[in-house]
Amino acid sequence: MIESKLKIATCSLAGCFGCHMSLLDLDERLFELAERVELDRSPLTDIKELGECDLGLIEGGVCNAENVHVLMEFRARCKILVAIGACALNGGVPAMRNQYDLKDCLEESYLRGIGLVNPQIPNDPEIPLLLNQVHPLHEVVKIDYFLPGCPPSADAIWTFVNQLLSGQPLALPYTQIHYD
Amino acid sequence: MSEEQSFTLDGRRVPFQAGQTIMAAALAAGVYIPHLCFNREFAPHGSCRVCLVGVNGRMQAACTTPAAAGQTVESETGEIREIRRGILQMLFVEGNHVCPACEKSGACQLQAVAYYVGMLAPHYTHFYPRRPVDASHPEAVIDFNRCILCELCVRASRDVDGKNVFAVQGRGIEAHLVVNTPSGKLGATDFSIHDKAAQVCPTGAILTKHRGYEIPIGQRLYDRKPISVVGDVATLSESKGGRRHD
Repeated sequence: MIESKLKIATCSLAGCFGCHMSLLDLDERLFELAERVELDRSPLTDIKELGECDLGLIEGGVCNAENVHVLMEFRARCKILVAIGACALNGGVPAMRNQYDLKDCLEESYLRGIGLVNPQIPNDPEIPLLLNQVHPLHEVVKIDYFLPGCPPSADAIWTFVNQLLSGQPLALPYTQIHYD
Repeated sequence: MSEEQSFTLDGRRVPFQAGQTIMAAALAAGVYIPHLCFNREFAPHGSCRVCLVGVNGRMQAACTTPAAAGQTVESETGEIREIRRGILQMLFVEGNHVCPACEKSGACQLQAVAYYVGMLAPHYTHFYPRRPVDASHPEAVIDFNRCILCELCVRASRDVDGKNVFAVQGRGIEAHLVVNTPSGKLGATDFSIHDKAAQVCPTGAILTKHRGYEIPIGQRLYDRKPISVVGDVATLSESKGGRRHD
């Protein structure tokens, strides 16, 4: 009997793709992983529509309306949803803008920035509207598991994914738990 | 000869001398009880509550509770670990602790204790308070976003340096660290980087200027071994990656 592969989706919201880079850092372990899982929507597959998945891995916090939409879609379609990396867990570096009013941030970047030609705040309808503050994932939807790090190391991701897929209790060694 | 007095801590016999707290006796016996506002060089403060232990079934701060003969003290139980984790999570969401953007990361007691109690995520809703950064002093910078109100700098400046540079103002959620000058700026004080107050901060709230990120990731104070093995950043010398001046 051929066991069906588990379906995994990944995405980066208000993140820097560093966590995805760390995932790619699994290197040859990716072959082993590919034997057990099949990637659904992910920046690695370029599939745009999210299917029903066993596991969703999300990098980055929530900074705009599109992030909220994608996160809620992931929650609805993934049996297990995992927040990966500092931004997903606590907003991270993007949340440092929470110290300022959104208007001030936009004006600083687009009106008062040095060397700007024809300064204006972008308002194309295709650009998702920014939220007043950046939020971690668990403030928007229920998150099942958290993996800290900026980014979590490939070893931490490997330990985590293996324990999760084999149904073991999650227990990362000390050196694999970091907030930075 | 008087009989040596002792209590049990997680089933282990811990001797103590009259007047010692549970924390002091445990430290002397080489048993780690996680803590943030406690520093053995200062009078205990009892404010962070991280050193919470069960004393004959009642939850009390180990740093302020006197040791007594025959006490049964519990520290590393699942329940106490969970309470401590909750306290750490509340400390993290109450301030702005952006570890990836902090020079103290890797040698931060707040972070190390959070690792020790098994905190993976902050769990609660973030406050994202708006707090200032004071860079007015030529040698030091204060980032109030990272202050956890342990009052170690207050105690050190008052009791050791004799300068009384710091104080905590306000009550409850309004409580915040202030600098004792009309402008509220550190630059207007006689604070020096050689003061004891500059060496005791358990977070990245008080930092030395003109240096940072000197030790590569992987070799920092708490990168390889937990704080229970390494010890507190304030008690270790700078040459060992700590804050204490040699």
